[in-house]
Amino acid sequence: MGEFIMENRYILGIESSCDETAASIVKNGCEIVSNVVASQIESHKRFGGVVPEIASRHHVEQVTLVIEEALAQANMKPEDLDAVAVTEGPGLVGALLIGINAAKAFAFANGLPLIGVHHIAGHIYANALMQPMEFPLLALVVSGGHTELVFMKEHGSFELIGETRDDAAGEAYDKVARVLNIQYPGGPHIDRMAHESDEAVKFPRVWLEEDSYDFSFSGLKSAVINYKHNAEQRGIEVNPLHVAKGFQDSVVEVLTAKTLRAARQFNVKQVIAAGGVSANKGLRKSLEETFANEGIPFYVPPLKLCTDNAAMIAAAGTFMFEAGKRSDMAMNGRPGMELVSWHK
Amino acid sequence: MIWLGIDTSNSPLAVAIVKDGQVVAEEVANIKLNHSIGAMPAIERLFERTKMKPAEIDAIAVGEGPGSYTGVRIGVTIAKTLAWTLKKPLVGISSLKLLAANAALYNGVICSIIDARRQNVYAGAYNTTAGLTSVVEDGHYSLEGLLEKLKDLNVPVMFVGHDVDLFWESILAQLGNHAVRAPFTLDLPSASQLIQLASQQELPDIEAVHSFVPQYRRLAEAEANWIKEQKGQ
Ligand SMILES: Nc1ncnc2c1ncn2[C@@H]1O[C@H](COP(=O)(O)OP(=O)(O)OP(=O)(O)O)[C@@H](O)[C@H]1O
Ligand SMILES: [Mg+2]
Repeated sequence: MGEFIMENRYILGIESSCDETAASIVKNGCEIVSNVVASQIESHKRFGGVVPEIASRHHVEQVTLVIEEALAQANMKPEDLDAVAVTEGPGLVGALLIGINAAKAFAFANGLPLIGVHHIAGHIYANALMQPMEFPLLALVVSGGHTELVFMKEHGSFELIGETRDDAAGEAYDKVARVLNIQYPGGPHIDRMAHESDEAVKFPRVWLEEDSYDFSFSGLKSAVINYKHNAEQRGIEVNPLHVAKGFQDSVVEVLTAKTLRAARQFNVKQVIAAGGVSANKGLRKSLEETFANEGIPFYVPPLKLCTDNAAMIAAAGTFMFEAGKRSDMAMNGRPGMELVSWHK
Repeated sequence: MIWLGIDTSNSPLAVAIVKDGQVVAEEVANIKLNHSIGAMPAIERLFERTKMKPAEIDAIAVGEGPGSYTGVRIGVTIAKTLAWTLKKPLVGISSLKLLAANAALYNGVICSIIDARRQNVYAGAYNTTAGLTSVVEDGHYSLEGLLEKLKDLNVPVMFVGHDVDLFWESILAQLGNHAVRAPFTLDLPSASQLIQLASQQELPDIEAVHSFVPQYRRLAEAEANWIKEQKGQ
């Protein structure tokens, strides 16, 4: 953001939209000073997925601890901060409300401005923590709840050019994992299994209309279920490694091809990936190779900034802060919040 | 000694500032406004009207539940974050005891009731003869089960809480002339009452704030089902 920052800005980010309670302090929207994530995954495993009420209960237990830890790791006091940014939506409403009300109380007690951040804007801005974003930019957002192609002509400008019509990529990963009796969350396991296998079951690629940037993964998921079902009926043993690789090959090929076509059409200077599924080794490799050949710079954040964290919320919050965006004490959780541009 | 009191454990909202045993400002509303929208602006208003700063507070009292899961969590999250960042002690008070305290001048047994849906209630009964002593423990009861317990006491019971009207016919049918309805003026939680109850307790350590959690008085449904399954195996 360079030229228009006169002094250093320190923003506290808070995130509680799903099953991680997180707090982080980011300097000037690009440098992580501290980054604390308390994960609840262990607690939800026995239920085979995130239980909203349990998630909310854990957030209340953790929220002041993670904020305190973020300040301690940064060796900072509340008065050293410039603002508090918090995930306003989308996500589980009961979970969002904990981060939001903690952020409001903290901001009020310390006389700090408050900024409500869209969770997906956060995922995208995780990239700003690694290298400056160059515009026009294309972001592939692939997470537990979203699969989207977002075009950005400048900071704070979001144009949705494609999205999933049914399951999100991460959701498909987790559902296929369940079919293969793999523990929740299955995404990382399927990724590892796909890498251990040389052979792949051939599953369909769903392209939709020729010019569409939308995605669909529920048909692929059904194909995996049918494959397993048919094999079992015929008494043939299913090799889960081959299924994992077949599934991952299909997901990665479609995501890569649509991202490439959009990058060409919109003539972008930079392509970035964001969200939990961008931790996927197969997807990272495929996008890296594709865009290296194409000559368009491609970036994806390190793994711990792909999944939910508060540094990304603080990063997006910093750019919103500079654009003059503020929220008030009446902020509510917005489970179905849409990604709208904050650029005027 | 300056106290801030917050109760959002059910649909009413109650906030107050009490200084040296006197109410400075108090607000109560029963307008079904989502607490995430209403609670912090109400707290902000208290400070504006009293021209006080958050840092002037010496202690915080909060309604710890039971009640609406989300409601309790909003009040507790606000209270514990304020207490932690201002480095002040936090005292939790049962939302049922809070209602019962409204009727503490009544001589006998008081039962406070909060609707828990599907003919279930959060309820507790207190005897006023020697302070507020519990005679039916705060908990989650079927309406039927609660009324049986109260009937067994075989004494008049005063019912308090804005949800009592929902169950009044059943209460009358079970307890007959032992059922006494508190006047409506006692039905809403009061944050100055909350502070008065909290100030009778020993102030906890400031460090204890992190581990402060709501008193839900009920397992999450998924957890209850999971435990049932484990027992079945
Ligand atoms: N290596 C991986 N390969 C594939 N999927 C992965 C990998 N690592 C994580 N995931 C998937 O990422 C998802 C979690 O990502 P993230 O935390 O960003 O999603 P979310 O926050 O639940 O959803 P959203 O951000 O859309 O609200 C899960 O579905 C998980 O299985
Ligand atoms: Mg996410």
